[in-house]
Amino acid sequence: MIQNLTTEMFIQSVANAISVGSLYAMVAIGYTMVYGILRLINFAHSDIFMMSMYFVFYLITIFALPWPIAFIAAVLATGVLGIVVEAAAYRPLREAPRISVLISSIGVSYLMENFGVVVFSGIQKQFPPVPAFQSVVVIGSIYFQKLSLYMPVVTAISVVGLLYLIDKTKIGMAMRATSKDYETAKLMGININTVISTTFAIGSMLACVGAIMWGLKYPKIEPYVGIMPGLKCFIAAVIGGIGNIKGAVVGAYLLGFMEIMIVLFIPALSSYKDAFAFIMLIAILLLRPAGILGEKKADKV
Amino acid sequence: MIALETKGAGMRFGGVVAVDSLDMLLQSGETVALIGPNGAGKTTAFNMITGVYKPTKGDIIFTRDDSSQSIAGKRPDTITALGIARTFQNIRLFSEMSVIDNVLIGMHMHVKSSIFGAILGMPKYRSEEKAMREKAMELLEKVGLASQAGAQASSLPYGEQRRLEIARALATAPSALLLDEPAAGMNPKETLDLTDFIKMIAIEFSLAVLLIEHHMQIVMDISDRIYVLDFGKMIASGTPKEIQSDERVIKAYLGEGADD
Amino acid sequence: MKDLSKNASRILTAVALAGFAVFLWLAYKGIALGPYEARIVRLSGIYAIAALSMNLINGFTGQFSLGQAGFMALGAYTTSLLVIPPEAKESLYWVEPINPFVRNLQAPFLVALIAGGLMASFFAFFIGFPVLRLKGDYLAIATLGFSEIIRIFITNLIPITNGPVGLKNIPSTANILWTSLSCAAIVVLLLRLMKTSYGRTFKAIRDDEVAAEAMGISLFKHKLMSFLLSAFIAGISGGLLASVVGAITPAYFRFTLAYEILLIVVLGGQGSITGSVVGAIILSVSKEWLRFLDSGFNLLFFRVPEIAGLRMLVFSLLLMAIILFYRRGLFGSREFSWNSIYRPIAFLINKIRKPKKEAGDDSA
Repeated sequence: MIQNLTTEMFIQSVANAISVGSLYAMVAIGYTMVYGILRLINFAHSDIFMMSMYFVFYLITIFALPWPIAFIAAVLATGVLGIVVEAAAYRPLREAPRISVLISSIGVSYLMENFGVVVFSGIQKQFPPVPAFQSVVVIGSIYFQKLSLYMPVVTAISVVGLLYLIDKTKIGMAMRATSKDYETAKLMGININTVISTTFAIGSMLACVGAIMWGLKYPKIEPYVGIMPGLKCFIAAVIGGIGNIKGAVVGAYLLGFMEIMIVLFIPALSSYKDAFAFIMLIAILLLRPAGILGEKKADKV
Repeated sequence: MIALETKGAGMRFGGVVAVDSLDMLLQSGETVALIGPNGAGKTTAFNMITGVYKPTKGDIIFTRDDSSQSIAGKRPDTITALGIARTFQNIRLFSEMSVIDNVLIGMHMHVKSSIFGAILGMPKYRSEEKAMREKAMELLEKVGLASQAGAQASSLPYGEQRRLEIARALATAPSALLLDEPAAGMNPKETLDLTDFIKMIAIEFSLAVLLIEHHMQIVMDISDRIYVLDFGKMIASGTPKEIQSDERVIKAYLGEGADD
Repeated sequence: MKDLSKNASRILTAVALAGFAVFLWLAYKGIALGPYEARIVRLSGIYAIAALSMNLINGFTGQFSLGQAGFMALGAYTTSLLVIPPEAKESLYWVEPINPFVRNLQAPFLVALIAGGLMASFFAFFIGFPVLRLKGDYLAIATLGFSEIIRIFITNLIPITNGPVGLKNIPSTANILWTSLSCAAIVVLLLRLMKTSYGRTFKAIRDDEVAAEAMGISLFKHKLMSFLLSAFIAGISGGLLASVVGAITPAYFRFTLAYEILLIVVLGGQGSITGSVVGAIILSVSKEWLRFLDSGFNLLFFRVPEIAGLRMLVFSLLLMAIILFYRRGLFGSREFSWNSIYRPIAFLINKIRKPKKEAGDDSA
């Protein structure tokens, strides 16, 4: 069932795929950074994403802040939230088996969702409109939201900034060392807790940027809004090679393109759209478990 | 009769050659030691033989009851089922299980009843379980752990844990036994007991024994032959006497420093 | 201090079981419990079965699987489609007409339940082949992924499943006897399994995969066995659940359902059968007991207004407390024993009787 495909539709879809990929990348980085250091699938990341959308919502609607200030404040607040979640739910389990930490992350995720229902109510809210991003530009016969043009730029700047931070700064070096060999890094006098807190702060702040993009693109918020994007971005991180930041970006764009293009070429499958990511996940785990940019490690016996 | 033979077996991880090209021979009924400085590739050799790693080159041939086959790259459980059992350098008991359960695990692969037959307690399964328990107790008696059958494995003293690990390996009914540093961490008395113990089981179970050991007294005492590895290469082989006077061996050990 | 003798423990168990049987019978006759309380007991039984299913693969075999919700959905839909009468089914499918084959399928409840379990096992077989080669958190995310794929397919295969609208008017055959006896049957099944060579092997795989493999155990074969049995049990719990709640939709089987079950397993203790049952009872009862939080209550002199969802928030806070401070759960990986009750009591009695001597003994 292939519909009549016009060039306009195709270009529009490419633009759409790029913007979705950019968004996924911002969230996927958080997963990959935490996994790199703690070897933990941070299930709570998707709820940090959700909370950050509410931060933006309240900062703009209740505190009536102009959007640039609200965005920056929300990003900072989300960073703090990430640090708090880590300190409360993961730090006490530092010496516990890895599976306990995973269970804790599921517990926190569940907690934040229920918190959302109580404090923000389960009723859907409208993400505040920001015309500067949502207005439409017309190029030839193709319509874009301005957002689609800004998103890849924001992602590119963030990724370059992050890579600079990791490759060139002292804290970045500590992060790399910790992710390579946790125990040795500790022995070398690296303050592990600072490194982990920083990782969570950065990951959460980027998730907030992703959440803002998501909110502008799909402007509705509810306490479970983070689950699907969260899972997909985790999958993107696995596809790219978990623990690897460039991999997360590659995986995110790949997933974004796959999703949009399959629906474009085979519209009949559009209601199965959310299953693609999982199918890709399973395929990659079987074919190349280390992901596209990951390295295989041998178990020590 | 040859029990185990490695033919130019080698293992490399990325660019690192862990074992270059190993030619080893293990006759049935003999005890052979594999020695060498730390990092020489001894455990890697074990892991190739037991299927933990798939050799990147060469072949490994295992013979039992006159039938020979290549085991290179086979799964560890398949290799154990064929008749090669092993112990680990850092004891890997099922520490939360009882002593006898550890031994019973070694016999599980011989269980014929299905899982349903077992759950329903069919007569066939019950007689199998009974026979297994009797055999396990016999084994524990032979290794001197019968009185501790019900104790939790991790509660045993170190030397007994080593012996339990060997008993568990014997439960798989092997014809070749690979021991990875069985004397590590033992006191002199325990070491002495262990030497006698290994000699005893080798005869009792008519085993071909291949062992990695740093403790030279044991090695010289119980080995019929010795292979020496250094940096993944075989540098010498022969009887204990020959090895003791081999210059390359002395150099390999002294060159590494006296801290070993 | 002496422990209880084996016989004493046996007698206590027999008395407790007999008491429970009498209670069940009275409840079944509607004497002991009202319909509301009976529903809580029924749900406890179902949650216990679901938790046991997860405990088998996670707690006993050490394979962290989060696919329970999907298997429960398969069981729930299979059972429901077999027990809803054809005419009733037809009237439900107003979005798209029902597939005639599905329309005419009928079976008695017990057969339908088992069919639900088998359906879950059937899918688990195909899922298990690829995913059981994965370890730890990768397995968790892959099983969770499959669970979501199942749910998405159920949502979209409208002629078979009635899509997002779901199924209604599922006969409520699963009364308190059905749920309790199913739960008891599965408890017995698992207690027996854990005493067999297969059960020991599952535990060995959990404790140390490398060592288990070196013992000649095929990891994949045994993981698959455990996974299939676990899926079967999850399917049964799904079928019973459908019958108790009467109406199901795909949204009911989101993976958050698997989270809830996981939390029961953690509460009871990973690797404890009795723990899962006790955990399920505590969870279901306390969830109901906390219901007052949602409808407003008096806190000292203040009137706390009606807050939707407060119950679940308090509930998840309690669970976090367990995860953080009580990691091994109520039973750890042990089973309930009368001695675990007797010992502290005997200890207290001893202390009261001769407090001085006890102190003297310590220094010796």
